[in-house]
Amino acid sequence: MLTTLFFAVITFVAIVSAILVITCKNPINSALSLVMTFFCLATYYVMLDAPFMATVQVMVYAGAIMVLIVFTIMLLNIRVDATKKYTHKIVLGSIIGFFTLINTVFLLLKSRVALPTGPYNGEMIKQIGNTEIIGREMFTNFLLPFEITSILLLVAIVGAVIIAKKKL
Amino acid sequence: MENLNSYLIVSAILFSIGTIGVLIRKNAIVMFMCIELMLNAVNLTFVALSRHLGNMDGQVFVFFIMTVAAAEAAVGLALMIAFFNNKESIDVEDVNLMKW
Repeated sequence: MLTTLFFAVITFVAIVSAILVITCKNPINSALSLVMTFFCLATYYVMLDAPFMATVQVMVYAGAIMVLIVFTIMLLNIRVDATKKYTHKIVLGSIIGFFTLINTVFLLLKSRVALPTGPYNGEMIKQIGNTEIIGREMFTNFLLPFEITSILLLVAIVGAVIIAKKKL
Repeated sequence: MENLNSYLIVSAILFSIGTIGVLIRKNAIVMFMCIELMLNAVNLTFVALSRHLGNMDGQVFVFFIMTVAAAEAAVGLALMIAFFNNKESIDVEDVNLMKW
């Protein structure tokens, strides 16, 4: 009962702040609402017995990526012009988004999720620990993708520096 | 743990809000933030299904998605800075250099 109430409150906050992201005129307000949504998602991860994912969500998304975005907004110093429109094609966009929602919800209600097949149930996750399980998976089954990720990050660093430079 | 379907429906709602945001906003940085919102909705699906199926592969995937999102943020914001240096604006309607 209490869990359901908590879930409802978090869902309310998440959806309201997500709507604020797309309706706020000032990009800074959108960014702060997005941080709120990220915190709500971190709460969901805690409720799903994934505390490591929640920590990474707060540190990487709410921390690093949002700092980068807010930094760019402030660096560019965009003036919010009160007379200028900040949206376009609202009706068409809303219809398409609404159809996306109908489609996904219909699919969810009509489909049946598979029964649990993997080895990790709730007791086992609490006993071993979420971080240890993820670490084991990542450095055994997912070792090659993990190494490829490092190349991706290197390419992103070099690319970002070269693109943002004024003169090469 | 709540019912699995409630998490999936929250995820669907967040994804749709992100879609609407990408389609209706003019500011490129806000569009970028809406894309992050959509990525996060997918992450929520991954974690919920991973917990439900008792298989940790989904959470490892979320980790990789976060890495890709970080790389994308760096390159995308660099592109916006480069565009702002040329046009003094980041509205997507001003991106018309290669328009026929």
